[in-house]
Amino acid sequence: MWEALVQPFADFGFMRRALVGCVAISLGATPVGVFLMLRRMSLTGDAMAHAILPGAAVGYLVSGLSLGAMTVGGLIAGLAVALLAGFVTRATALREDASLAAFYLISLAAGVLIVSTRGSNVDLMHVLFGTVLALDNAALILLGAIASLTLFTLAVLFRPLVLECADPQFLRSVSGLSAVAHLTLLVLVVLNLVGGFQALGTLMAVGIMILPAAAARFWTVSIGALIAVATAIGMLSSVSGLLLSYHFSLPSGPAIILVAGLAYGISLVLGPVSGLAARALWGRYLEA
Amino acid sequence: MTYALKFHDLSLGYDRQPAVHRLQGEIAEGSLTAIVGPNGAGKSTVLKGVTGSLRPIEGRIALGGLTRSEIAYLPQHSDVDRSFPVAVADLVGMGLWREIGGFGGLRAVHRARVAEAIAAVGLEGFERRPIGSLSGGQIQRALFARLLLQDARLVLLDEPFTAVDARTMADLIGVVRRWHGEGRTVLAVLHDFDTVRAHFPRTLMLARELVAHGPTAEVLTAENQFRARQMCEACTGPPHSCGRGAA
Repeated sequence: MWEALVQPFADFGFMRRALVGCVAISLGATPVGVFLMLRRMSLTGDAMAHAILPGAAVGYLVSGLSLGAMTVGGLIAGLAVALLAGFVTRATALREDASLAAFYLISLAAGVLIVSTRGSNVDLMHVLFGTVLALDNAALILLGAIASLTLFTLAVLFRPLVLECADPQFLRSVSGLSAVAHLTLLVLVVLNLVGGFQALGTLMAVGIMILPAAAARFWTVSIGALIAVATAIGMLSSVSGLLLSYHFSLPSGPAIILVAGLAYGISLVLGPVSGLAARALWGRYLEA
Repeated sequence: MTYALKFHDLSLGYDRQPAVHRLQGEIAEGSLTAIVGPNGAGKSTVLKGVTGSLRPIEGRIALGGLTRSEIAYLPQHSDVDRSFPVAVADLVGMGLWREIGGFGGLRAVHRARVAEAIAAVGLEGFERRPIGSLSGGQIQRALFARLLLQDARLVLLDEPFTAVDARTMADLIGVVRRWHGEGRTVLAVLHDFDTVRAHFPRTLMLARELVAHGPTAEVLTAENQFRARQMCEACTGPPHSCGRGAA
């Protein structure tokens, strides 16, 4: 058991780095995912993951595998899409889902075009799926900084964010913080996706954001516990996914996300809060 | 008597289409006023104009010594996400926003006031219950408790007794009368004339334009009701002609 669970991390530096990186991503991204889910914006994470692609691609083409250039590029592209979509929603009759879809699709197409014409399929695969087993010190520092900034921001803006999710109309009637809370959440989504794509790729990073949050919803009815359970599921999925990847020679990013998916499936069936089994049992109790 | 609100030739609408046309009049400070009128008469629109969420197309609303932060508003269809994992006490506690802001902590004195407000609307024992487990009447009670904590000088209620049972309605009318007794101004959109006659001393009748405003017995006449219906039917034509023919 020790050999299977601990030895890989004890023996190999790249595994320890991957573990630290994934734990940092879980700490930052899963609470953001909880708020996205509660704001009924789970698919926004997916849209933003696509939106950062052209920025990361331009950064890659300009400076190669430069962490700084790809991060700055991804941040600019993601924030531009988030802010433009927010502006169009507030300035026109178009709803946020439609304006976000319009901008992320334009952004995604631009990203694929840039990579296809100037790079190779290998480059595209790197940006889309990441390389968690090749995280260097700079990448780990970036992931740690993003997780710290995310947790600090969520702690400061906790009440406005909760109110923005639970009763946005009331928040607008008592405070001007509604737009601040909304835009801050979008910025945190972009930051965590940009951090996450170093390890998991743009497409997989959104998985560690949303799947643990969706799984946690079946276990608790309190917002604090929801964040704690989601973070725990994110971390467990990271460790389990890395070990599966190591022992069975699987690509690590998809392995981590599939374990999170398994946690979601188990929660869906067995979770005490409106899980399928709980609902079936409750139905029988009512019939009896 | 000083006024809480004064409407100066006020026109409100959506996408430049007036829903309320050239409204004049004032709401006295400390008054308890019902806004009545047929469907589409612009009753809710007036409340949105007062809260500032809808800008006047023409004219203006003067707040008599009030600031926007002293206005509490309960919309017709509250935006509260009933599936959100928050307890009744937390929802009610949001009414303290103006005191503690977005970042301050809840002290013992605040928690006591939350408990007091929950008790005042008859929800004792429900403090830790998730809001998703409440009935329609119970969630309305919780929203009234939140309004109590807002401690506002002007309270705006949009159809507050719709879809609640008789007992809940009686309890919530008790809360409204308590506000009136404390000298707060209450403006409520209502459709049940019996409730208006029984509990609201003053009434403002709208049909996109002002039909009548004054003591309830003088406003809720058969003649005014007939006129309001005719004016609203006439409003299916061009906005600028609203009410002219019928009036």
